[in-house]
Amino acid sequence: MFLRFVACCALTLLVTQASVQAAGDTRSDARAQVEFGINVALRGLWREAIYRWEQAAELDPTYAAAYNNLAVAYEHEGDFDKARQAYEKALAIEPRNVQIRQNYELFKEINDRRTAAREQP
Amino acid sequence: MIAGPRHGSSRKVARALRALLTLSAAATLGCGVTYFEIPIETPIQPKLDVSAFQRVLIAGFVTGGSDDVDANQETVRLLRSQLRTKSSLRVIDADVMPLVEIAQGQNKPVGDVRQGATAPENGAEAVAAPVPSDLQPLPLPDEIRNERDLEQYERLFANTAYWRQIGEEYQNPLIVTGTVLFMPHSRAGFVSRDVEQYDSFGRRRVVPTRTYMERKGFILRPKFVFIDGRTGSTIHQETYREEILYNAQQNTPALSSYFELMDRLVPSFLSALSSQKIRGTRVLLQ
Repeated sequence: MFLRFVACCALTLLVTQASVQAAGDTRSDARAQVEFGINVALRGLWREAIYRWEQAAELDPTYAAAYNNLAVAYEHEGDFDKARQAYEKALAIEPRNVQIRQNYELFKEINDRRTAAREQP
Repeated sequence: MIAGPRHGSSRKVARALRALLTLSAAATLGCGVTYFEIPIETPIQPKLDVSAFQRVLIAGFVTGGSDDVDANQETVRLLRSQLRTKSSLRVIDADVMPLVEIAQGQNKPVGDVRQGATAPENGAEAVAAPVPSDLQPLPLPDEIRNERDLEQYERLFANTAYWRQIGEEYQNPLIVTGTVLFMPHSRAGFVSRDVEQYDSFGRRRVVPTRTYMERKGFILRPKFVFIDGRTGSTIHQETYREEILYNAQQNTPALSSYFELMDRLVPSFLSALSSQKIRGTRVLLQ
């Protein structure tokens, strides 16, 4: 009886540890993609960066940095709708992140100017 | 008796310090996000779809205000040179149209226009179609000194027959025309300025001070009208207003003020016809 109890506890511990490790692996995989994306973006390869950051966001949908970087890349490509969506996701995950908020404010300034220009008769 | 509590309190302090250090380390790890500042160029699409045009004619402008600057010549010259380098459209080199004279010619009764009674010298009378009878009414002021004088000339841009003829002559380009009012302006009142002050220790500090000043300068109020050379109809128009003021003692030439003011609004004008890139910096997070 005691042995069965110990075995049960050990199994539960193993399962919990495995799931924690898996979550950690997912984040570290996503982080690797984000780092690679930054490296290529710094060299001007924005398409490749977008692919990497999309991968990272898919791997870990709670990774705000991946969405922030994606938003910057979409902005650079002139895809304003996607950029706004990505910024909003990043801010929904980390509403108090000053850097994401600053990026978003700068984006909004340009986007507002663009839409105002289009609405002008 | 005394040593005991002291020893206990120092242990408590050490424990608290350790807890604080652990907490701060955890916070540093948690918040220690690396970031990279990166320059980006955001492309902005043009306001107008000009894909139907290969060429652009900066025709001329109805101008008024100061006599110190030939705003028609200068505006045409400036916009043409900007479009040559910053637009994919081919800029047509043609004589600058004296639109004030053309508008006055069109405003005469139909018979007078055909006789060429007040026809401008550069052959513009050949295409000066008469204004439709419903647009005929008020005489145009000879001198344009303010916005009201200028408004009366704007009926010229509604004359589609005339602009279609111009379009045919230049093989259906996009036509850019409009009005430019460049007038002297002065204003007196209190102005907030930063004044340097030094205290008894020689320390410098800047104090905002309000002083009464008389200032003079210029107002630039251009209205750009974009006309489809194939139909003669207006497809887009935009109005700007910029002003500059200097100390009353400062003597700034009118032409340099004109260019200073035009410099501010040329990017907006260009953004109607060609895509622009806005440079900025963003932060990438790790």
